[in-house]
Amino acid sequence: MAYHSFLLEPISCHSWNKDRTQIALCPNNHDVHIYKKDGTKWTKIHELKEHNGQVTGIDWAPESNRIVTCGTDRNAYVWSLKGEVWKPTLVILRINRAARCVSWSPKENKFAVGSGSRLISICYFEQENDWWVCKHIKKPIRSTVLSLDWHPNNVLLAAGSCDFKCRVFSAYIKEVEEKPGPTVWGSKMPFGEVLFESGPSGVSGGAGEGAGGGWVHGVCFSHSGNRLAWTSHDSTVAIAEGGKTSTISSLSSETLPLLCVSFITENSLVAAGHDCYPVLFVYDGTKGSVTFGGKLDVPKQTSQRGISARERFQNLDRRATSSETTEQGLESLHKNSISQISVLEGGKSKCSTFCTTGMDGGMVTWDVKSLESDLKDLKIV
Amino acid sequence: MSKNNDSNQFRKVDVDEYDENKFVDDEDNGESQVGPDEAEVDSLIRQGNLMEALQAVLKNPPINTKNQNVKDRAEALMLKVLSAFKSSDIEKAVQSLDKNGVDLLMKYIYKGFEKPSENSSATLLQWHEKALSAGGVGSIVRVLTARKTV
Repeated sequence: MAYHSFLLEPISCHSWNKDRTQIALCPNNHDVHIYKKDGTKWTKIHELKEHNGQVTGIDWAPESNRIVTCGTDRNAYVWSLKGEVWKPTLVILRINRAARCVSWSPKENKFAVGSGSRLISICYFEQENDWWVCKHIKKPIRSTVLSLDWHPNNVLLAAGSCDFKCRVFSAYIKEVEEKPGPTVWGSKMPFGEVLFESGPSGVSGGAGEGAGGGWVHGVCFSHSGNRLAWTSHDSTVAIAEGGKTSTISSLSSETLPLLCVSFITENSLVAAGHDCYPVLFVYDGTKGSVTFGGKLDVPKQTSQRGISARERFQNLDRRATSSETTEQGLESLHKNSISQISVLEGGKSKCSTFCTTGMDGGMVTWDVKSLESDLKDLKIV
Repeated sequence: MSKNNDSNQFRKVDVDEYDENKFVDDEDNGESQVGPDEAEVDSLIRQGNLMEALQAVLKNPPINTKNQNVKDRAEALMLKVLSAFKSSDIEKAVQSLDKNGVDLLMKYIYKGFEKPSENSSATLLQWHEKALSAGGVGSIVRVLTARKTV
């Protein structure tokens, strides 16, 4: 588990290149910095300055090596590497509020931008005019779109938004692709069609009292695309399986709200948020239940030295407990909320390393194998 | 200087009502919810069967109804049950609740904090401590983010 502190400012968003040697991140300002890994050190090699507002989303397409960034200045830019320099191309999104999140589709021929204008812009490149064109998905979104994730078939898109719902839309663009085959989520997929919408949370059990839910912060499709997980601001995590619309399993967790989630195998997911450490959840497809798998963090180093009587009273005075730990801060690696998780190696079906960045300006790479051996009760199915 | 003698009734217009993009919650039919059964809960308290009383008062929470009276009555009833418990029994009672029960209990506790009466805060704080160890911070987050409160 390597912790690297990039800066003191929060990292708003980040993205890795294909071979994981370079990372593009936004240090909470209008720029994007690209760092290159030299052994254990990171050196800044590029600064992408074009946005007029904070950059809220970055995605690096692995195959075509293009970076798309979006920001609060209501714009998105597609950057291509020409020689040693990254050159931007403006994409007109036609939104009148900030863009919040951006994601390349699996085939990298289009990308989706979620914004505060209560719509999703699907942008694709038009060869004749040599520019990026966008189409909007508006209905029935009623508030800011906070997070996006593409289905592996390049057509379906999951969106979590501030109107407390998680939806699956079809983003089929006939100009760039052929008609997709049927999936578990549905077979008719015209552009903008809603194939799935989560009801108010609390669907599984609980006499209807869990109505309302919270903003949906993070969404993630599983590797096969048959399962969709989302985390919400009311400290719940929920998983839905395509096809059986009534089986949404949700778990009300005991932690603070989780901001980001990712599948690491078909049955397990890792989520992290305001509690500053990632947690593991295990989904049982046969029972349709989500269970808490464990807290993923470095094991606590218990101090062996004794504590003098004077210190005990001092602790009582200062902190109302005479406990031994003299640590003032959190015992987790991250010292502030974790805002983004990305899978590094292994993909979403057999992830072996993943990375988290947060508001403390630090980035941690987590190794699944060593987590499994360090934390004894952990089982990643 | 000239004085503005025209009507300034326009200042009293609520412009947000006319915003076509205004977010309206899904209307839920809550008229059928009447809150927990008072007679049943009272009799259980008198019998001394406090565990059952707690289960009974947590049934039928008046969550969706807009009728303020129903909510007030439910809250008063809840307070009666909570105060009837002995301090040592609180933990056992909380353990007997399932996850949704703990969340609902937290909602009532915070509702009770809003209108403190003489002894209510002390009992509520004791219940809060036990409910917190059972439900974790997540249950408090759910009280804060719930759109429809008890």
